[in-house]
Amino acid sequence: MNTGTLLSMTGIDKRFAGISALSGASFEVGRGEVHALIGQNGAGKSTLIKVLTGYHRRDAGEVTFDGRPFEVFSPHQAQASGISTIYQEINLVPYRSITENICLGREARRFGFLDWKRMHQEAETLLQRFNVRIDVRRPLMEFNTATQQMVAIARAIGFSAKLVIMDEPTSSLDEREVSVLFDVIRQLKQEGVSVIFVSHKLDELYEVCDRVTIMRDGRTIKSARMIEIDKIGLVSSMLGRTIDRAEGHATAFSERDRRKIGDVLLSAENLAINQAVQDVSFDVRQGEIAGFAGLLGAGRTETARLVFGIDRPRAGTMQLDGQKFAPRGPAEAIAAGMGFCTEDRKSEGIVPEMSVAENMMLALMPKLSKSGIIDEKAQREIVERFIKQLGVKCSGPDQKVRELSGGNQQKVLLGRWLAMNPRLLILDEPTRGIDVGAKGEIQSLIKSLADEGLAVLMISSELEEVTEGADRVFVLREGLSVATFDRSEATEDAVMSAMAHGSPPTIAEALS
Amino acid sequence: MTRTRLISLLGSYGVVVALLLLVLFGWARYDYFLGFFNITSVLRYNSMFALVALGMCFVIMTGGIDLSVGSTAALGSVVAALASPYGVWIGLGAGVGAGLCVGLVNAILVTRLRIMPFVATLAMMLAASGTALLLADNQSVSVSYDSGFTSIGQDNFLGFPIPAWIAMLAYLIGWIVLNFTGTGRGVLAVGGNEDATRLMGLPADRIKFLVYLGSGGLAGLAGVILASQFGAGQPIEGVGWELFAIAAVVVGGTLLTGGVGSVGATLAGVLLLGILFNVLNFENGKGWISLSAYWQSVIRGLFLLVVVMLQAKLAARSRTVAGEH
Repeated sequence: MNTGTLLSMTGIDKRFAGISALSGASFEVGRGEVHALIGQNGAGKSTLIKVLTGYHRRDAGEVTFDGRPFEVFSPHQAQASGISTIYQEINLVPYRSITENICLGREARRFGFLDWKRMHQEAETLLQRFNVRIDVRRPLMEFNTATQQMVAIARAIGFSAKLVIMDEPTSSLDEREVSVLFDVIRQLKQEGVSVIFVSHKLDELYEVCDRVTIMRDGRTIKSARMIEIDKIGLVSSMLGRTIDRAEGHATAFSERDRRKIGDVLLSAENLAINQAVQDVSFDVRQGEIAGFAGLLGAGRTETARLVFGIDRPRAGTMQLDGQKFAPRGPAEAIAAGMGFCTEDRKSEGIVPEMSVAENMMLALMPKLSKSGIIDEKAQREIVERFIKQLGVKCSGPDQKVRELSGGNQQKVLLGRWLAMNPRLLILDEPTRGIDVGAKGEIQSLIKSLADEGLAVLMISSELEEVTEGADRVFVLREGLSVATFDRSEATEDAVMSAMAHGSPPTIAEALS
Repeated sequence: MTRTRLISLLGSYGVVVALLLLVLFGWARYDYFLGFFNITSVLRYNSMFALVALGMCFVIMTGGIDLSVGSTAALGSVVAALASPYGVWIGLGAGVGAGLCVGLVNAILVTRLRIMPFVATLAMMLAASGTALLLADNQSVSVSYDSGFTSIGQDNFLGFPIPAWIAMLAYLIGWIVLNFTGTGRGVLAVGGNEDATRLMGLPADRIKFLVYLGSGGLAGLAGVILASQFGAGQPIEGVGWELFAIAAVVVGGTLLTGGVGSVGATLAGVLLLGILFNVLNFENGKGWISLSAYWQSVIRGLFLLVVVMLQAKLAARSRTVAGEH
C-alpha cells in the first residue's frame, strides 16, 4: 500500500448566512486508505464533503489533491478530477434506466452519438462486480432501495475515481449486501483507490476502515488509526463528553416496569397483500413496545402500512379493542387513534418549507379548526408544550423544519402524532440517520411514552434497539411471521438467527 | 410475455394507436380524406404547431413550461415579414433570431435569476406580444412577394409542402438529440430529479438554458412559416398556441412533471389534434350536422381528456404487468 497523502484539507471555513458550519476543519486521506469520517448530525461532515466536491465554495482554507492545489467549482469538475461521491439520500433519477443512471455524464460515444450498446454493457459489467444481475434497460424506480444503492455505488466507481466518498452507504442495505459492499471497498483499496466512509454504525468502521477522523461543531477533533481507538473513545469524542453508559447497553432504553402493560389493543391475524406480506400475525398491548425485527424486505414497513390503512390487505383480519378493524384509509386509522412516523422522513413525513408549528399541526388541523377556521391560540399552546416536552432544538415554533437536524425533525414528527393523543403509535426506523446523542433522546422518549400507556409498534433495523427497547419482538422474514420473543428471550443471537433462518421447525414439519 | 409486451407498447404508443384509428375512421367515412390535397394542406397547416410543440416537449421534459411560444411565433412572423424584402434567408434568419432572443431571455430568467418557468415565460408571453404589436403598428404586416419569401410556406419540394419538410427535419434532429446525445439524456435526467442531476455532475443549468433557447428558436421558425404561408406577419396570431402545444405534448404521454417524454409521440399528438380538427370539418361538410367552432372546441377538449385518461390507464397497466415479471 502506498502511504503517501492523496488528499489534504487544512483550515477550511464555511459559513451559511453568517452561521459557521466549518471553522478551521482539517482532513487528510492517504492513498489506498479507507478513512472513516464521523460526527454527530450538524458536526460538519456533509458540509466538508460538499466543499470537497465543489458543491459549496469554501470561505477559507487550503485543499491539495494528488499533489496539486485543488480548486473545483462543481461536482462535475470534482468527478473529472477523480473524486466520486455517493450521497446519503440516493441521488439518482427514478424514471430513467439503470444504464443512464450509471453512465450519465460520461457517456460512451460513437461518431459523436451515444453508443447505447456499449453503455448497457458497461453498466452490466459494473453491476456484476456487486453480484447484481438485472435488466439495465428498465427504469430505476422498478427496483428496490438496495439495488438502487448498488447502482449509485456502481456509478461512482465507474468514474475511474482516485477517491470515492460514501456518505452512509449502508443505511439501506441488508447484511448480505453490506458484506458485498465491504468486499468492493477492499477491492478498491487494493487497486489504490481511497475511500472516505461516513457512517453512524460503529461496528462497520472497525470492519473496513484504516483510519478515522472525528468532527464536532465544524471542527476536526481527532484523527487516529482505527486500531488505536475503541468505541467508547469514538463516541465520547463525537459527543465531546465522557459517557459512562452501563456496560452492555447500546441504547437508551432501560428496564421497564412491565406491570403497566395492559390489555391487547390491536391484533392482526394472517395479514397478506402480496409477496411482501404473505402471512403476518402480531398483537400490541396498551403500554407495550412491540418490536418488528427483520431484514430489509422482510415486510415490516408493508405490514405497518396495512395497519395504518395506506394499503388494504388481501387476506387476514385485524381487531382493535376486540372489534373488527379494517381501515379504508389513513384518516380512519387516525380517527381510531393511530399515528405513523414513516421511515422516509423527507418524502413522506415533513413538509420542509413549513414551520415547526405548521408541521406539528398538520394532522391535528381537522380537530383544531371550528367550521374551517383554525384556533391559533390553542395551536400555539400545543406546539409550545410539545417543543418543550420533546426537547426540539429550534429557534422557535416559526423556524422552518428544513433547517433542523434529522433528530429534531423526527421529534417534530413525533410531536405531530402525539398532539393527536393517539393510543397506538407506529414508528418506522425512528432513529435512522440520527446522530448518537439525539438517538438516545428519541429512545428514552419512546420509552416514557410507553410508560404512560401508549402502545408502540416499532420497526427497527438496529438489532439492539429492538432487543433492548421492545417488550416483545416479532420477527418477520420474507413476508412471514417467523418468531415471537418475549423480552427475556430476545437475545441478539436468537433474534438474528430467526431473521436469517426463520423459525425452528414446527411439530408438523418435524414429524413429516 | 407477448401480452405484456403489447400492453407496455400500447402504454407508450397509445397516441399512435388513437391517431391510426382516427385516420382509418376518416378514410372510411369521407371520400377525399386521404386525398392529396387534404393531406398536404393538413401537413402544411399543422407543421407550425409541430415546431412549437417540439420545443415545448423538450421544455416540459426538464420539468418546466414555456407559455411564451404563441406570442413568440407572432413576433417571429412580424419580424420575418418586415425583413422579407431583403430575401428569403434574411427573412428566415430574422424570424428565427427574434424567437431565439425571446428564448434567450426566458433561459436567463429561469437559469440565472431562478424565476419559476411558469412566471418567467408568462411575463415573456406578454412582452413578446407587446413587441410584436409595436413593431407591426397594431396591424398585419404584408410580406414581400418579390423576394420569394412566400415560397417557404406555400411551395412544395418533391411534391411535399416545404413546411412539412422543415418540421420533419426538426423532429428528426430532436429525436437524435434526445436519444443519442448526452444533452438529450440530461434533459430527461433534469426533469426526473434536478438535484440528483446536479450532484451527478451534469450541467443542469446549461441543459435548461438550451431547451428554453431552442423552444424560442422553434417558435420563431413557426412564425416565419406563418408569415410566409399567409403572406403577412400576424401580431395577433399565436393566441392559445402554447395550450395547443402543451396539449399535444401531454397527449403524447410526456409527463408535465418532467423526466419522461418522447419526441415521436409528441409529433403523433400534434397530428392527432390537427386531424381531429380536420375530421370535424369534414363532418360539417357532409351536411348532416353543423358544428360551430365553439362546439368543435368542446369536442376537441373532451377527446383530449379521453385520450389522456386512456393513456394513463395503459401506462399504469403496463407498469403493474412489468412489475409482476
